[in-house]
Amino acid sequence: MNRSAIDLWVGIFVAIGFGAILFMALKVGNLMTLDRAAGYRLEASFDNIGGLKLRAAAKAAGVVIGRVEAIRLNPKTYEALVTLRVDNQYQFTRDTIASINTSGLLGEVYVALDAGGDTAMLKDGDRIGKTQSAVVIEKLISQFLFDKAAESGGGGAKK
Amino acid sequence: MSSDVMFGVAHFLRRIGGAVTGSISRLGFASRFLVAIVWHSPQAFRRIHLTIREIYFAGVLSLVIILMSGLFVGMVLSLQGYETLKRYGADEQLGILVALSLVRELGPVMAGLLFASRAGSAITAEIGLMKTTEQLAAMEMMAVDPLARVIAPRFWGGVVSLPLLAALFSAFGIFGGYLVGVRLIGIDDGAFWGQMKAGVDFWPDVTNGIIKSLVFGVAVSLIAVFEGYDAKPTAEGVSTATTRTVVMSSLAILALDFVMTVFMFRGGAQ
Amino acid sequence: MPAAVPAEFHTALTDTCRLDPDAAAIELADVSFAYDRRPVLRGITMTVPRGKIVAIMGGSGCGKTTILRLIGGQLKPKSGKVLVAGQSVPDLEPDALYALRRRFGMLFQFGALFTDMSVFENIAFPLREHTELPEELIRDLVLMKLQAVGLRGAAQFMPAELSGGMARRVALARAIALDPMLVMYDEPFAGLDPISLGVVGQIIRQLNDALGTTSVVVTHDVYESLKIVDYLYFVSEGKIVAEGTPDAVRASKDPFVRQFVDGEADGPVPFHYPARAYSKELFANVQ
Repeated sequence: MNRSAIDLWVGIFVAIGFGAILFMALKVGNLMTLDRAAGYRLEASFDNIGGLKLRAAAKAAGVVIGRVEAIRLNPKTYEALVTLRVDNQYQFTRDTIASINTSGLLGEVYVALDAGGDTAMLKDGDRIGKTQSAVVIEKLISQFLFDKAAESGGGGAKK
Repeated sequence: MSSDVMFGVAHFLRRIGGAVTGSISRLGFASRFLVAIVWHSPQAFRRIHLTIREIYFAGVLSLVIILMSGLFVGMVLSLQGYETLKRYGADEQLGILVALSLVRELGPVMAGLLFASRAGSAITAEIGLMKTTEQLAAMEMMAVDPLARVIAPRFWGGVVSLPLLAALFSAFGIFGGYLVGVRLIGIDDGAFWGQMKAGVDFWPDVTNGIIKSLVFGVAVSLIAVFEGYDAKPTAEGVSTATTRTVVMSSLAILALDFVMTVFMFRGGAQ
Repeated sequence: MPAAVPAEFHTALTDTCRLDPDAAAIELADVSFAYDRRPVLRGITMTVPRGKIVAIMGGSGCGKTTILRLIGGQLKPKSGKVLVAGQSVPDLEPDALYALRRRFGMLFQFGALFTDMSVFENIAFPLREHTELPEELIRDLVLMKLQAVGLRGAAQFMPAELSGGMARRVALARAIALDPMLVMYDEPFAGLDPISLGVVGQIIRQLNDALGTTSVVVTHDVYESLKIVDYLYFVSEGKIVAEGTPDAVRASKDPFVRQFVDGEADGPVPFHYPARAYSKELFANVQ
């Protein structure tokens, strides 16, 4: 094996190696999380965030427009305080509603933003006024059973 | 009779103690060895051709086994994953399953294990043989430092090769998963790639995989050159050293993998 | 015959190690060495004058190779002095030691050729590592060294394709590639056929005379040594038991020298490894 043949093969090897990394960066993963700071912050308070996690998606009309950046508990009101990082190219009205949804029964939990008709827009650091907490399945079921028990006349209400 | 038993037990304990202290002193020696290699590395980079040659022997010649294994692992993942996901009606998540398994874990770990068995053992055997035939001593007597000329290029060759091989393993595995999932089983093409793209993040998934393979590269390369350099200069010595390389590298990879996974992927906690 | 390298190149190849021009090439004074707890050398004193060939002879495992390693700085003596051209080898800093080694050439027992390089590249190795000479000049030097050992036609072979004798000669050519001031030979005659024996012995003598180097030959081949060396030392059990010029050795009445030269099975170096009395051992289980 002479020198130039070895150099050629090593060059090919390194090139396809980086190609594989590039492939994974572009086609396999999403690069959106690279530009972390290219957006503005919005805050929202929820009674219950359900299974919402950090870096969950923030969607409007099903389109991903941002990420959940921070989740904290407000020590005075005992409500969950969620900070969203929204992409700079999207502006939302002051009467936008933020709700926590699940995509499908077993899908990921995300924050959905529904814009309203207000003329004024939310700015960096603003608080979203109206929020809708997550639907907690256990509460639904116990509610359903409670209603059922109430229907069949008060005796032996199962929890 | 009982004094014989006690003697046997004492002897056994002494041997274990000796083995433990022996291992620890070897670990210390290996760490100093790593520092010495890095210290003598500038020459390996000035005469970059030496390192390129080692990248060829360690990396390029491992391509076939890495690519084939990656392809097969991806295909099997896809097959097995589909069976399980189908039960929960989540078969469209197959893309994410295959991609995340490969990129986060299987790519770096399996590429590391295969690399250790193929390239690592070859490096150990080569260096051990050079030691046995006095080539390293001859180099020393010719005032050429074997650490700089022989050991360091092989070390860096491994460190550079393994991350690239791991990336190729993952890429081919994903392709294999695509072949089985979309072409064979019939999952929707768009769902496969779309779900994958949504579920896999460059940071932390892909980058952590790269970091893992870098760490494995350092570990395997160090073990390979160290065992070769430290081998007893006989035929059995070289053979023992070669097996040790494969065994120690495999254990190191799995142990380091556990430690790094704990730090990197703490289950999406808040 | 081997062409001496012109004076200009000598200066290109030397470097900053201070050599005492009046000192003997090598001096060992009361040197002792032990591997772990096993003593190998005890109170060795020997001198190698410049430009001479000196043989160190003895049975296997008596410490001859250890002496070479002490001279080359691969080992440090437990006590005593090892001086090469006036410099104390064990006390040298690593850089100075490497500078000194560039003036050495060493022929290892089985050649120790680099198996991944051709014969040509093996000999070019020290030239490429230690000089800035252009490739054409290196090529000429390599061919000259190969010519000196009679293997110019084998320049493109790989070490695996060479016979034992040829490999030994190539290693010799590599050892003298930088025109060393001291060449050490570790068992250069071991395992060679009679013709190769004569060839190697002749080359050692002629190179020594042509290059003006000092040579130390470690061997147990009495016949070849007596033909070519200027002085001999006999080592047994870590001590020097006899020494002298070839004529003195041939005429010597010393029992050790006689046993060695005549190849007697038993004598000052006993045939039997120390053991219990024979009758005791054989009849140990007989009541």
